[in-house]
Amino acid sequence: MKIDASKPLEYSTEENSNKIFGFWVFLGAEIALFATLFTVYLVMVNRFASGPSGPEIFEIGPVLYETFLLLSSSFTIGLAVHAMRHGYKKAMMVFIGITLLMGLAFAGIEVMEFLTYIHEGATLQTSGFLSSLFVLLGTHGAHVSFGLLWGGAILIQLWRQGINPATANKTFIFSLYWHFLDIVWIFIFSFVYLKGLM
Amino acid sequence: MDFERFKVHGEPLIYGAMISIALATIGIIIGLTYFKKWGYLWREWLTTVDHKRIGVMYILAALLMLFRGGVDAMMMRLQTAAPEMKFLDAQHYNEVFTTHGLIMILFMAMPFIIGLMNVIVPLQIGARDVAFPRLNAVSFWLFFFGAMLLNISFVIGGSPDAGWSAYFPLASLEFSPTVGNNYYSLALQISGIGTLLTGVNFIVTILKMRAPGMKLMKMPMFIWSALLTNVIIVFAFPVLTVALALMMFDRLFGSQFFTMSNGGMDMLWANLFWVWGHPEVYIVILPAFGIYSEIIATFSKKNLYGYTSMVFSMVIISLLSFLVWAHHFYTMGQGAMVNGFFSITTMAIAVPTGVKIFNWLFTLRKGRITFTTPMLYTLAFIPIFTIGGVTGVMLAMASADYQYHNTMFLVAHFHYVLIPGAVFAVIAGFHYWFPKVFGFRLNDRLGRHAFWWIAISFNVTFFPLFLLGLMGMTRRTYTYSAETGFGPLNSLSFVGAVGLCIGFVILVYNIYWSTRYMPKDTNGDPWDGRTLEWATNSPIPAYNFAIVPKVQTRDAFWTSKVDNIPLFEEKITKIHMPSNTGKPFIMGVIFFIFGFSMVFSLWIPAILAAVGIVIVMATMSFDRDHGFYISAEEVIATEKKLRGETV
Repeated sequence: MKIDASKPLEYSTEENSNKIFGFWVFLGAEIALFATLFTVYLVMVNRFASGPSGPEIFEIGPVLYETFLLLSSSFTIGLAVHAMRHGYKKAMMVFIGITLLMGLAFAGIEVMEFLTYIHEGATLQTSGFLSSLFVLLGTHGAHVSFGLLWGGAILIQLWRQGINPATANKTFIFSLYWHFLDIVWIFIFSFVYLKGLM
Repeated sequence: MDFERFKVHGEPLIYGAMISIALATIGIIIGLTYFKKWGYLWREWLTTVDHKRIGVMYILAALLMLFRGGVDAMMMRLQTAAPEMKFLDAQHYNEVFTTHGLIMILFMAMPFIIGLMNVIVPLQIGARDVAFPRLNAVSFWLFFFGAMLLNISFVIGGSPDAGWSAYFPLASLEFSPTVGNNYYSLALQISGIGTLLTGVNFIVTILKMRAPGMKLMKMPMFIWSALLTNVIIVFAFPVLTVALALMMFDRLFGSQFFTMSNGGMDMLWANLFWVWGHPEVYIVILPAFGIYSEIIATFSKKNLYGYTSMVFSMVIISLLSFLVWAHHFYTMGQGAMVNGFFSITTMAIAVPTGVKIFNWLFTLRKGRITFTTPMLYTLAFIPIFTIGGVTGVMLAMASADYQYHNTMFLVAHFHYVLIPGAVFAVIAGFHYWFPKVFGFRLNDRLGRHAFWWIAISFNVTFFPLFLLGLMGMTRRTYTYSAETGFGPLNSLSFVGAVGLCIGFVILVYNIYWSTRYMPKDTNGDPWDGRTLEWATNSPIPAYNFAIVPKVQTRDAFWTSKVDNIPLFEEKITKIHMPSNTGKPFIMGVIFFIFGFSMVFSLWIPAILAAVGIVIVMATMSFDRDHGFYISAEEVIATEKKLRGETV
């Protein structure tokens, strides 16, 4: 395998740089996916029938915690990639670990939020609005949960193999994924919660 | 557990299908065991990551599905051949036209085209494989097991029966209570994920792995068409993913997306479906345009006329393909402004398509044309497709469409576009590239026989449907009375369908005959080709090119022959190859189990299968397999052997 030392480790082989480009293309597909879900949500937002509407169920408290956790985790995954570029394996693993813990807390709060809604009688089956809300938030939450498993697998590989072109490449791609989920959350925060609370 | 749900009752035809599926399965198992081919099958095919073998498997699966979809078509034509036929009942007819549409579009045309792209794209750009060979295997097995899932619906639980577009509220649990539309949402979802991954894979392959010197505007036209197709796939398929997921939630978990009450909106389905569905049409048509461009240039012995305008017209078609979806439901009440907008965008597509037609005609002009089988299909495509296109413009006019909507006129129109557009193209491409993959040509005389049967019978089958549509016969009608006067034209159409069958039988017989009797090609360039795939040996060695070619012009191989520009200048060195892996196949199997369990709401197996999928993905991530090398000596020996020299 040819390693080009002039490039960062995660780009250093042809396979690595193809994988990163391929992941960008995949993120393009993910944008199309979430764009469709947002469209469905915006079509459905006022179709709450006899069920509760957004302002009746949304609570700003947990949402702010979720936002704080996810935005901070985007910062820590950035620090992990920074540490990787300097070759600090331990710092890198710590930052990925913190990212995953914050992701876990985010997912936990989201589950609590869902349980609260269901407890209040706002379920997936209640109305078109709630169906689209649960599926939009759930798709994002499922992505975060999948990211936890993925990030965990990368941590184990880092621990076993250290920083090499393969693990560096995986970490970098994972960081792209994590930032992307963060951006999607910003849209959810703005167009679902803030708009719903106004 | 309630086993009644799994049974399909009543129809002797379905019992016949069950028995034939069981017999075929037993036959395959006995055959493989008797000839001791299990190991061969596993090592050479099921675990392969070689783009050529994956391409061949795609095409084999597509031919199988062509047979299945063809049988469906014959059953429909027979049922409507005369007034008051008693061959199928209404329910069975509904299932047959639904699966015919799904199978022909998603499990025949698409995989056939993706198969040809798999075989040809890396060769035409001078690469050794696609960018992600293992992902390519994952794509194939997801497609394959998605197709299998849809096919078993016929004998286990019942097929989808709400049309291939599965409009709500008809496709909802309330009005379609069988598991048929559960199969629809899960089978399409699984194969759709495979297709999306193919899209990502080929975009990276084409943009990053071209031979040195091959600038974007020096790529063969088929590569341009493949690139744009895959861009459409990446942006259109996520919409289908969402639509199918919402459908699944509605049917399995009682959500309210497309319901008639509680704030649901049935038209949302129609919009989402066609936002994917119309680009889907161009996903199967654009590569066909690419195939025709290659064939016309090769057999006219001229370079393609208007290369740049060809590229730009395809770019414009790709963009417009996302802006026309509402023309599928002008009559559903969205108002004059919206209909006007979609009417104009739809008619606008005729402009770049017309540019392409004229470019092909100008390429033919003053060319030295040889009438080989692939060229015959191409020449037949131009006028027949134009009829399809012109009737398309008729349908595009929203006010006139109120007359044509949901009549046989529409059915005739889209068969006039899709059969010459996609089916003729894949058959032409199949004949054209067959010698590259297998090292011998298909017999031209048999090929021409099949062509004339298919081309003439096609028109006999579908032209009467235009007239029937104008007479007022609606589509998806399973029977009609003699007083309607629809009988004679429908009978004529049935005669044409029989002719099409004969054509396809000759085509398949030709494959058998040629395998036995056709002489081997030794120079790898049977048609005097223009592009890089003809510069390597036939059949293609595992590494594609012993030396990576250096490209200076369009039609690089042609100019290297005519102007003596050397393509291969470097020395043969060792070649890196990816190793085979069984994990994509295993993942496909688990996806199949997952889909089947979800269809029947068997939650525990579904959860176990979902966990299994995650575990297989994790083991793939933990693999530290860096492939292997083929030594320079071995490459030299293989090259000599393929050229027929003694080692």
